Amino acid sequence: MSTPTKPTKKTGRPLRSLSILALLVIALASAAFVQGATAVRLGLDLRGGTSVTLQPRIAAGENGRVTNEAIDQAVSIIRQRVNSLGVAESEVTAQGSGTNRQIVIAVPGNTGRRVVELVGQTAELRFRQVLASGPGTTSVGSGASVATGSGASVATGSGAGVDTGSTATPVNGISAAINAKYEALDCTKLENLQGTGTDAPTETIAVCDRNGSTKYILAPAEVLGRQISKASAGLDTQAGSAWYVSLTFNGEGTTAFGALTTRVTSLPEPLNQVAIVLDGLVVSSPRINEPIPSGTAQITGSFTQLEAQDLANVLKYGALPLSFDRGEVAQVSPTLGADQLDAGLLAGIIGLTLVVLYSFLYYRGLGIVVTGSLTAAALVIYLLVLLLGENIGFTLTLAGIAGIIVAVGITADSFVVYFERIRDEIREGRSLRSAVESGWIKARHTILVADAVSIIAAALLYIFAVGGVQGFAFALGLTTLVDLLIVFIFTKPLMTLLARMDFFATGHRFSGLSQKSSGVNRQTSTVEA
Amino acid sequence: MASVKGIGGRLYSGETSFNIVGNAKRWYIISLIFTAISIGTLAISGLHLGIEFKGGSAYTFTSTTATVEQARSAVAGSGISGEVIVQKVGNDKIRVQTGSLAPAQSDAVEAALTSTFGVQVSDIDTQIIGPSWGKEITKKALYGLSAFLIVILIFLAMTFEPKMAVAAIVAVVHDVLITVGIYALVGFDVTPATVIGFLTILGYSLYDTVVVFDKVRENTRSITSSSKQTFTQATNLAVNQTLVRSINTTVIALLPVAAILFIGGALLGAGTLKDIALALFIGMFVGAYSSIFIAPPVLAYLREREPAMIALAKRVNGRGAPAVISTPAPVDLAQRRGPRNQPKRKGRK
Repeated sequence: MSTPTKPTKKTGRPLRSLSILALLVIALASAAFVQGATAVRLGLDLRGGTSVTLQPRIAAGENGRVTNEAIDQAVSIIRQRVNSLGVAESEVTAQGSGTNRQIVIAVPGNTGRRVVELVGQTAELRFRQVLASGPGTTSVGSGASVATGSGASVATGSGAGVDTGSTATPVNGISAAINAKYEALDCTKLENLQGTGTDAPTETIAVCDRNGSTKYILAPAEVLGRQISKASAGLDTQAGSAWYVSLTFNGEGTTAFGALTTRVTSLPEPLNQVAIVLDGLVVSSPRINEPIPSGTAQITGSFTQLEAQDLANVLKYGALPLSFDRGEVAQVSPTLGADQLDAGLLAGIIGLTLVVLYSFLYYRGLGIVVTGSLTAAALVIYLLVLLLGENIGFTLTLAGIAGIIVAVGITADSFVVYFERIRDEIREGRSLRSAVESGWIKARHTILVADAVSIIAAALLYIFAVGGVQGFAFALGLTTLVDLLIVFIFTKPLMTLLARMDFFATGHRFSGLSQKSSGVNRQTSTVEA
Repeated sequence: MASVKGIGGRLYSGETSFNIVGNAKRWYIISLIFTAISIGTLAISGLHLGIEFKGGSAYTFTSTTATVEQARSAVAGSGISGEVIVQKVGNDKIRVQTGSLAPAQSDAVEAALTSTFGVQVSDIDTQIIGPSWGKEITKKALYGLSAFLIVILIFLAMTFEPKMAVAAIVAVVHDVLITVGIYALVGFDVTPATVIGFLTILGYSLYDTVVVFDKVRENTRSITSSSKQTFTQATNLAVNQTLVRSINTTVIALLPVAAILFIGGALLGAGTLKDIALALFIGMFVGAYSSIFIAPPVLAYLREREPAMIALAKRVNGRGAPAVISTPAPVDLAQRRGPRNQPKRKGRK
């Protein structure tokens, strides 16, 4: 014991483990630096903002089940609405598991107040005849002349001279108000891409398409989304691997779609197009090549696989629109957010300090190991939170901070388990150096099982979480994993190194490993080795 | 401090020993009383649910001068009906809580508060909960609870042994029941954050139990090959040996939770931090208790019914008779004690 001998296989090369940890920290830090992740992404409860949680359901009077695709579609519809607010860093995500997921909308800052009115409405899918179309910008100098007011029904489209050139001219048979609205419509403005509220089924409307490049005047809806019975994307391998979307209507839909297609197919462009309108925005406006009385249609075009599947999903969603129950709306002012952040950090600092004080009081010199390990764990967690914020959008919420603080307890527990095992081994008559090793083998098992329980708990909390709970569960799971890492490649190697120091090896009064503290009365036991 | 450490050594060697497992009945009775009170209180008065479960709206704003009475009359003046709760939160915040409101009513409340206290609408922190939300989170919490118990049962049965898993689950159910009972009894608000706390207790309580059971397993690994200890005695030794560890882990786990509870309660008033911490604080105490006083005795009870353990108990209790020649001894004992039972026992072995 008196002369330090070279590390044996049994002690597991402590310096190598410590350098692995150092390398890991350097790697994480440089990754954070390279990606420019300098600040932790804070949740809305810590920086102010509005969050709305919606529970999607089948709309009233419909039969069927909520599907995963429908929820994804609902998320993209709501994202479209929220993005129209133009608030940076707004987020729309689905949380939870399976078809029971909630849609969580987070809008930072004060502008989010309006979001609440925006997101709750059911998005409907409708088929409307295209009466006019043009580029999505305001038509300048087209002289916005008033329609002749021939009183001819829109559907006949007789003599509707439509100019599909760069500037749209007013369309005959359409009221002056709609024409004026169409002229003024600027689809490059975000607020015109919101969708909701512009889409009364019995009216002629002026709307934009989803990406804001084209604007349309559309006739009243003739076929409704819920008259679709099936939609799918397919690949036509014979026609040079072209993606298409096939579409089947129910009884009512077959009649209505048959009538619509029969009427428009012989009309000039763009009157022979039928727009598929979801949530007040045009998703697609295919030309009708022939009357389709059979109730089965195929939409072809230069679709990519993704576009075809997206369109099919839109149609499927339209068949069974979801309504949204407003679950929770939380509005946090930036002042309260800052207060909560301060409180969370303060609680963390106090909690850590208490743990460190207690370990010094009880474990004396070994308190250094606790402090060192907790510092290393804190460093790794901080870097991980930085990186996860940058890469997977992990935001730290108040619940997350609570999770991390609670996990300080779990982390420190691992050290207690290990230290008490070392003492047990010393009580069995072993020297410190061998106690550190044999105690580790036994403590390791306990720590692994106990941490596994903690990780299972965190994972299940995460899966069954609602809103803020996920932040807590994620933080708890993450810190438990970091705890495992630290115990294995920091705490244990550090103990191996300390065991070589006389201060600990001879059982100094303040080492926390004295005979008195271990309850061993044999003076010789530690010296003989 | 030194004397506490001394106790650690004496507990380890068995020099000092608390007969915890042997007095199982005492702990069972204590726990049964608490569980009965919990279930009784739950049945009679139920839990005090927060608006997250009932549906409703809460408005919090900062004002050093505003009083609860002023806020109450301002809200009453906005023409909404139903129960209105106004509280002072922390030093300078007022929280107004109402039942479910239509959006227009909600705006009216905000307008009343802004005009009365001169705060900006954007400075009012609002929380609006739909009426069906509570059912949704209750359902999820119950799913989470069931999934957790099943997964843990399987995990522990695989890592340790099925009977340990059963004993651990008994302890966990005990913890949750009593913690929820305390909530019902004291009338603390139950919010989703509280539910997170409850679910986390499951993990924590098991963590404690795992530490004890790991030692039990070590002590009883080759217990049947000697006749020194019965299973109950070996378990009791394990509990005593891990007592210092259990107390230390609990204290260390409670320290940060206490810090959150204090800061969350004193600085922020109500909210996520306080709710999680309070549930954890209570649950960890109960969890520490059950990992020492409930889980090991239940395990011992389950194991002592095994034929091998019955035989072991007989060998140990009949000490003095030569333990080395083990086969004839139990037969002798059996004959002496109750000859009529003898053929049956032979058959069972």
